[in-house]
Amino acid sequence: MSIFAEVPQAPPVAVFKLTADFREDTHAQKVNLGVGAYRTDDCLPWVLPVVKKVEKMIVEDNSLNHEYLPILGLPELRSAASKVALGDDSPAIKDGRVGAVQALGGTGALRIGAEFLRRWYNGTNNTATPVYVSAPTWENHNAVFSDAGFKDIRPYHYWDGAKKGLDVTGIMDDLENAPEHSIFVLHACAHNPTGTDPTPDEWKTIAEVMKRRKLFVFFDSAYQGFASGSLDKDAWAIRYFVSEGFELLCAQSFSKNFGLYNERVGNLTVVAQDKDNLARVLSQMEKIVRTTWSNPPSQGARIVAITLNNPDLFIEWKGNVKTMADRVLLMRDQLKDKLIALGTPGTWDHITQQIGMFSFTGLNPKQVQYMIKEKHVYLMASGRINMCGLTSKNIDYVAESIHETVSKVQ
Amino acid sequence: MALLKSSKIISTVWVHPPLGVRSIRASSWWSEVQMGPPDPILGVSEAYKRDTNPKKMNLGVGAYRDDQGKPYVLSCVRKAEAQIAAKKLDKEYLAIGGLGDFTKACAKLALGDNNEVIESGRNITVQTISGTGSLRIGANFLSRFHTEARDVYLPKPSWGNHTPIFRDAGMQLKAYTYYDPKTCGFDFQGALNDISKIPEKSVIMLHACAHNPTGVDPRPEQWKEIANLVKKRNLLVFFDMAYQGFASGDIDRDAWAVRYFIEQGHNIVLSQSFAKNMGLYGERVGGFTVVCKDAEEAKRVESQLKILIRPIYSNPPMNGARIAATILNTPDLYKEWLGEVHGMANRIITMRELLVANLKKEGSTQNWQHVIDQIGMFCFTGLKPEQVARLTKEFSVYMTKDGRISMAGVTSGNVGYLAQGIHAVTK
Repeated sequence: MSIFAEVPQAPPVAVFKLTADFREDTHAQKVNLGVGAYRTDDCLPWVLPVVKKVEKMIVEDNSLNHEYLPILGLPELRSAASKVALGDDSPAIKDGRVGAVQALGGTGALRIGAEFLRRWYNGTNNTATPVYVSAPTWENHNAVFSDAGFKDIRPYHYWDGAKKGLDVTGIMDDLENAPEHSIFVLHACAHNPTGTDPTPDEWKTIAEVMKRRKLFVFFDSAYQGFASGSLDKDAWAIRYFVSEGFELLCAQSFSKNFGLYNERVGNLTVVAQDKDNLARVLSQMEKIVRTTWSNPPSQGARIVAITLNNPDLFIEWKGNVKTMADRVLLMRDQLKDKLIALGTPGTWDHITQQIGMFSFTGLNPKQVQYMIKEKHVYLMASGRINMCGLTSKNIDYVAESIHETVSKVQ
Repeated sequence: MALLKSSKIISTVWVHPPLGVRSIRASSWWSEVQMGPPDPILGVSEAYKRDTNPKKMNLGVGAYRDDQGKPYVLSCVRKAEAQIAAKKLDKEYLAIGGLGDFTKACAKLALGDNNEVIESGRNITVQTISGTGSLRIGANFLSRFHTEARDVYLPKPSWGNHTPIFRDAGMQLKAYTYYDPKTCGFDFQGALNDISKIPEKSVIMLHACAHNPTGVDPRPEQWKEIANLVKKRNLLVFFDMAYQGFASGDIDRDAWAVRYFIEQGHNIVLSQSFAKNMGLYGERVGGFTVVCKDAEEAKRVESQLKILIRPIYSNPPMNGARIAATILNTPDLYKEWLGEVHGMANRIITMRELLVANLKKEGSTQNWQHVIDQIGMFCFTGLKPEQVARLTKEFSVYMTKDGRISMAGVTSGNVGYLAQGIHAVTK
């Protein structure tokens, strides 16, 4: 009798299943608005020109080898990445109370942070500390925290389906009522999946309540630069919280803004009270890393570190990021215009009010099924679309499909 | 400190005099976080880096060095990299289980061409973050699904990181006799005695070849008896193969034990690393394999491995896997690789011989035969912790305190100095 006889078949990860189904579809006009990866107007992946340049430099540099990175990762990446998040003139960095752990993508950064918090936050090994994630949120947040050992993962109100915007009162209520020391996972910008971010004033109110109620801030920053096109603007919330004196964790991903998806480049920025606390925190994170992956991969880290630390390349990178953000903004404008021109039932302002890669269209599950089965336009069951999947060639078809769907299916 | 000058405070809890640094620390979330000790193995390299002695030697971590003491980027790796660069591939996410070209070749390398397991599709092999990542995925998988037994039996001693990996995954650690300090060799009878007492269905960890840290491997006849006993005890075998090719210089010979166990009907789990045998250390290339009853079971197991992997790092890094796949799947490069692995193994064997010769020249009367008999990157010298401490302090020779040295760090240029140091602390 096999020891694995009782292992049940697990369901596939939804977003990857969607892409798999899309690939098998033979319909001529099929469109994939599922997984969050940037596409050019020809619907092709885009390796950033600055990345190509730096990769060439790396391949031609015979002084480079494949030796192990330190456990916490490439120092030049860690410091440069934290600077990108917190700003060049960050007082916290100047005070020496900012550190970082290079991690495997944003996921890896979240996981190391979660493992650390479970072991050392709010007591030791306190698996009962509530972890709040937005409703809705990136579907993997739940599993990251629960596999790290947290037993109580709860939603906080976020998306208001009726008004197709932020449920501000809902957020505030949850913050006021959450047990002290609860952990809150906040999306720094370009909320996934809704594309709806708090305004600066709303962020200020959130910060005030979190400080008063002693709630822990864990930022997920996967789209810095991608949302507005400006690195500084997209990091405003993180920097505000730091300036308000919060000790916090910030999981950064360079998958999207560097287009380095498969090289798994991420960074967990740690902002502590002081150098001493920081040192102890990092030493414990090192132990966690050592039993998870020992040390992180080198290639992607080198590409990002070289780029961020070279003034010319840094400028070139910012330009590449703006190119991507601008194309998304254009698609938002055009989609909304076309829906209005078609007279599609409902309001569509949210398409241009939302920000980043994703839009929460407001389509319900039945409508989503219709879009997939009848129109061969693939989107997530939540109604989330990846704006990057839209191109000048398919946007008319998509707009018409939405129009037909919303008209026919309630 | 900025916070002292600022009128803002993090917490409304006001701590009364004496104030100053203490109250500031009291209002940090992390005041109770202890300073973690430096990693016993990787910490050695950090200490080495800080040493200013020009004669210093780093015999800590198992990373191969050439005879000039320099890191060695394999020629087949450089060629593979050039080929890959010319293809101008995109950077789209890999599947959770990794690059298919890599995982297939990885399984073939371990199990052999035309292996029945692969042909019948009853293995699942996923790409992992090198050996550590593979062991951790395996440990997490067993912890979640092998609920009938929580115990993992490691050989005594084993790689230092095995224990915390399994512990963090929620398993319990036990040990079986392995190394005989009297002979600096394999305690075969001791191992059999201990294994015969292991409760059924427990997990037993076996190093496929080039045991880390001792360099002591069972002989084929001994492996056969172990396999037989393990089957009698109905134990779940977890093979750790981090040095395939590195031990004897021959890929197939080094995988013999793994293949034998499978032939004998053990459905093993297996971790592989390409850090050493392809010199891809920092690229983090590894594989985790579960040999299942049949293809249907393999599919179920695969689905659960993905569920485990996704909340750790979503999907694995491309670069190293692409390099490894290119080498394994391109006949010329594969042939070149076999030659280079053979070369690395040979250099180490030569260093073992030179070390013993130099120790004799120094006038050492100790028995150093084990230095030659042991196999792979490491040598368990038999040095005691005090002797190790002296070797580090007086000679700037860095090694782990269990007496393990990485032979890869020994060169024809420094082997004499090393012999001097070892002789000085052991005479």
